[in-house]
Amino acid sequence: MIRSFRYLKPYIWTIIVVLALVLLRTFLELMMPFYLGKLIDDASSLFLSNENKETSIIYYGSMMLGITIVSIGVMIFSRYLGAKIAALYGKKLRSELYKNVQTFSLKEVDEFTPSSLITRSTNDIQAMQQTLAMLLRMAVLAPFTAIGAIAMAFIKHPTISTVLIVSIISVLSVLYTIYRLAYPKFSLIQKLADKMNLVVRENLTGLKVVRAFNTEEFQIDKSRKVAQDTMDNNVFVNRLFSAMWPVMGFVMQLTTALMYVVAIYFGFLKENSAFTPGDLSSMVQYGTQTLHSFMMMTMILIMLPRSAISANRVMDVIDKKTNIFDGDDLVKLDDLKGEVSFNKVSFKYPNSDESVLKDISFKAKPNEVTAFIGSTGSGKSTLINLVPRFYDVTDGEILIDNVNVKNYKLDDLYQLFGYVPQQGILFKGTIKSNVGFGVSNINDEELNKALDISQSKDFVEKLDDKYDSPISQGGTNVSGGQRQRLSIARAIAKKPKIYIFDDSFSALDYKTDAKLREALDENIKATILIVAQRINTIKNADKIIVLDKGRIVGIGKHYELLKSCEVYKEIAESQLTPEELLI
Amino acid sequence: MRNRYSEKPKNFSHTINRLLSYLSKDIILIIFAGFIAVIAALMGVLTPYLAGKALTLVKYIYDGEEALVSIFSFLPLFNFVTLIIVIILTALLTSLFNYLQSFLLIGMTQRLTYKMRIDLTTKVNSLPLKFFDKYKYGDILSRITNDVDMINQTLTQSISEIFRAITLVTSILVIMFLMSWELALITTGSVIISLIVAGIFVKISQKYFVRAAKSTGDMTGHVEEVFHGHQVVKIYNYQDKALAEFETLNDEIFDSSFKSQFISSIMFPVQFFFTNLAYIGIGVIGGYLLIKGQIEVGFILTYVLYARQVGQPIQTIGQTASVLQQTSAAAERIFFIMDQKEEDDESNKKLLLPNIKGKVEFDNLQFSYIKDKPVIKGFTAKVKPGDMVAIVGPTGAGKTTIVNLLMRFYELDDGDIKIDDISIKDMKRTEVRDKFGMVLQDTWIFEGSIYENIVYGSNGKTYEDVEKATKNAMTHHFIHSLPNGYDFILKEDGENISQGQRQLITISRAMLADKPMLILDEATSSVDTRTEILIQKAMDKLMKGRTSFVIAHRLSTIRNADVIFVVRDGNIIESGNHDALIEKDGFYAELYNSQFEGQEI
Repeated sequence: MIRSFRYLKPYIWTIIVVLALVLLRTFLELMMPFYLGKLIDDASSLFLSNENKETSIIYYGSMMLGITIVSIGVMIFSRYLGAKIAALYGKKLRSELYKNVQTFSLKEVDEFTPSSLITRSTNDIQAMQQTLAMLLRMAVLAPFTAIGAIAMAFIKHPTISTVLIVSIISVLSVLYTIYRLAYPKFSLIQKLADKMNLVVRENLTGLKVVRAFNTEEFQIDKSRKVAQDTMDNNVFVNRLFSAMWPVMGFVMQLTTALMYVVAIYFGFLKENSAFTPGDLSSMVQYGTQTLHSFMMMTMILIMLPRSAISANRVMDVIDKKTNIFDGDDLVKLDDLKGEVSFNKVSFKYPNSDESVLKDISFKAKPNEVTAFIGSTGSGKSTLINLVPRFYDVTDGEILIDNVNVKNYKLDDLYQLFGYVPQQGILFKGTIKSNVGFGVSNINDEELNKALDISQSKDFVEKLDDKYDSPISQGGTNVSGGQRQRLSIARAIAKKPKIYIFDDSFSALDYKTDAKLREALDENIKATILIVAQRINTIKNADKIIVLDKGRIVGIGKHYELLKSCEVYKEIAESQLTPEELLI
Repeated sequence: MRNRYSEKPKNFSHTINRLLSYLSKDIILIIFAGFIAVIAALMGVLTPYLAGKALTLVKYIYDGEEALVSIFSFLPLFNFVTLIIVIILTALLTSLFNYLQSFLLIGMTQRLTYKMRIDLTTKVNSLPLKFFDKYKYGDILSRITNDVDMINQTLTQSISEIFRAITLVTSILVIMFLMSWELALITTGSVIISLIVAGIFVKISQKYFVRAAKSTGDMTGHVEEVFHGHQVVKIYNYQDKALAEFETLNDEIFDSSFKSQFISSIMFPVQFFFTNLAYIGIGVIGGYLLIKGQIEVGFILTYVLYARQVGQPIQTIGQTASVLQQTSAAAERIFFIMDQKEEDDESNKKLLLPNIKGKVEFDNLQFSYIKDKPVIKGFTAKVKPGDMVAIVGPTGAGKTTIVNLLMRFYELDDGDIKIDDISIKDMKRTEVRDKFGMVLQDTWIFEGSIYENIVYGSNGKTYEDVEKATKNAMTHHFIHSLPNGYDFILKEDGENISQGQRQLITISRAMLADKPMLILDEATSSVDTRTEILIQKAMDKLMKGRTSFVIAHRLSTIRNADVIFVVRDGNIIESGNHDALIEKDGFYAELYNSQFEGQEI
């Protein structure tokens, strides 16, 4: 949490003003019981004349009114500033987090996981913002009030104030005990909530399985068990915490009573003593204020650790630095041909011992289709992610037109690629905005051509708004196959020198797959890299690279590999019929 | 996100009533708790009164008068010691009663949420699957977890605090009027104004809270897209545009959260102002009354304490009102599910098919997912015992519809399916489903051991049975390669094993269940070759000797099928075996041949 406070630096003076205002308000609040006490004394005095009494009342009454008005003004102003600071704080945190995530390579994104990043940038920052607002309001008020109230009580009458000390200690010990008893069960609450979530989610996702196996009762029993544990735990914790206010209430009353007792028994207040009933009533109110503040402080202390967790989660992302930077070379993109070479490339994920790729060397030529195939875990997708530097190699080098990819400026490098991920990723907008995603202002002709080649024209024409049809967030209002085709159109529209298809054809049926490849063949002149699972998809590639356990076990064309490469043959045999193999 | 500021309940009081009816079993406890709340409140009200009396007594001592004071006219006069003892006792009893009341209420509300969770789970398992077509899982999940949690968190506090608050305020006001109507008027005035102020602020801030929730939602949506599509954003050079979009959203959040924060936070000072005005008024008017000798010294203290005491419940009522709004919104969402119509009660149906051969007949089936959009328009076929039926068709063609109808996950509009000449409509759903083993494309693995996942749905199977099943399903080997073997704990969704291994486990499950017929989805797209071969072998074994309905992806399966159902746009347009369909030269032939398009010969 402290780490994040550096973003408050620009507002340091405002914060000081807020704290000063809080201090002022505390002081003013503490004056109220004082004036009331005086008012009571004077009004009930046996010695003053009625006129003087009335003057007193008006005087003290006006003082209290003045204090109230100033106090309110102070409060409103300080809360205004406090809310503003907290909101600016949140805004700055969000902005810093987002900007830093933009610099991340795939490595950092995978480390945090996209879902976690989303939670951190929304929920966690919101928690931090609320905590700061609360801190600015109360964290200073409570201790100031406590100190002030104790001081006032002490000034009024040191001996009687000792009663307060006793009360404070007892209050703190009770709160501490409750906290210690409740804390272990407290952390269980979250775990049980997660478990409940899990059980319900499993039931919902497996509805068909549950009914098919007639295990409805079993599932209900499972829920019952978790719900029971949750209930028992919550009952315990809540009952424990609900003891706080009643105990506090009793202690406050006891304190008041004790103050009275001490005052009378020790003779501090007797006939015509210097210590007046008005004084006593002020003391009582100061006592109440003190105990109240201590309660507040404890509650804040209980809440802080939880916000600290959120703060750490957020600052971890903001402080994370990537190590994939721009290279120094300036290149003229138009002169590039787009030849991709791997020289003895090896790659290992940051926390792993095993290399995912070992000693990979090949050349992918422009205007040729280079395909990658292998079983899951053979490293094909990883390989393809290295080309645009989503990850950096741990050994060897990757060259584009004989220049190491690390030497390119990242923006220039990205310009070279048309990337189509495995799950079609679309963004909120229209079909046109998505296809034109990488182009500044796509014209209709280019748009139509991209749609045509990607086999999207048919379904887009059928829509009411055609290419102005809206795409919802995440592209969920179109089918998987349509998403993929639009992603392909997006790549085509960019007219890149190098295409990367990361298993992008798997959601398409055989027929569409074939037509698409044909269209690509005819229209696209660029280096094409395809990662695929289906032999049929890559059968006609100019070069097929077969991967197994991170190594290249075969390079060549389809028929050569059928004869020479064991792994390729195995894959083919599992996918094609004997007749197809022979053809 | 747990904040549901965006929801406004449609029928507030009706929903709250219904929510409370959940507690009807505990009605005696509620009455008892209410009774205790009232006593606690009255005792709490007594406290400032006694404190005032104490001050009056002290004043007598100070003035050198007799140190006795009257508490209630029907009681004897108290001296100092007695008064103190009474004060302490009252405080003790107040706290005890207050605690007792919370104690009871907590138990009740927790039981309520427990019951709600169980009811919802039961409901979910008896609703027709058609319901879940309309509502996303995420939404339903959220209702059962988040919404119930919301009720859980808010109800306990709300009920006890409203009880206390209303009793407190009423009794205080009554006593105050009895003591001195002038001072009471001031306090009442302040109470009323406070309430009005609270109401106004809740309304105004609500608007901004809704806006804040919306802008947060928009931001979440944007961030979700951009973080999940990180690579795409980079490659397509969208970063600057994305940042611009983000900053706009960020500004919106800043604005709405600042305003909502600020407005709701000044509710307190404004109420405080009026409370303090009352405080001052009490002091001034009380002072005058003191001069005139109309009230005791202690009254002023008492009134001040009451004014303080009354301020808190007022704020609580204000806060509770808005909290209850959220509770009501959450409850509405839950009751929506509870009110859905369940599948028909079939407890009156008898078991009809103890020994099954496996003959299946489809008789002029008519079916539609959505009314007036027929999907199956008259399909008839006969399947012999032991036949393997391959269901083929383009992606998304609706091949699972047959499965859904066979398993009575959905009901036919017209026509019939007969198993061994008995209509499935006459059988219980549970009996129909009992006849089929099922292996779907979406592997369903739950958190638990491998053993638990495999025996799921089977009864009375021994360890030997399980081993036999896994050996047949080609699964035994990899289970042994894992630490703890069958006791290896699988994580949520089976994330700690590969997709192929998950599939093998579900096949083992079906193998163990050993049902007379089989429904199988062959899709194994993202599986490595070696595992794929194992899966195929396992599937072949599973199909042996059973009437099987297979959503086919392998050519070998299709070619070897006894019957092929060809699906297009949800309807079964052709059926027959491979050779017959090729000869027909219809859709199937076209589909089959398209695999060789663009190929060199």
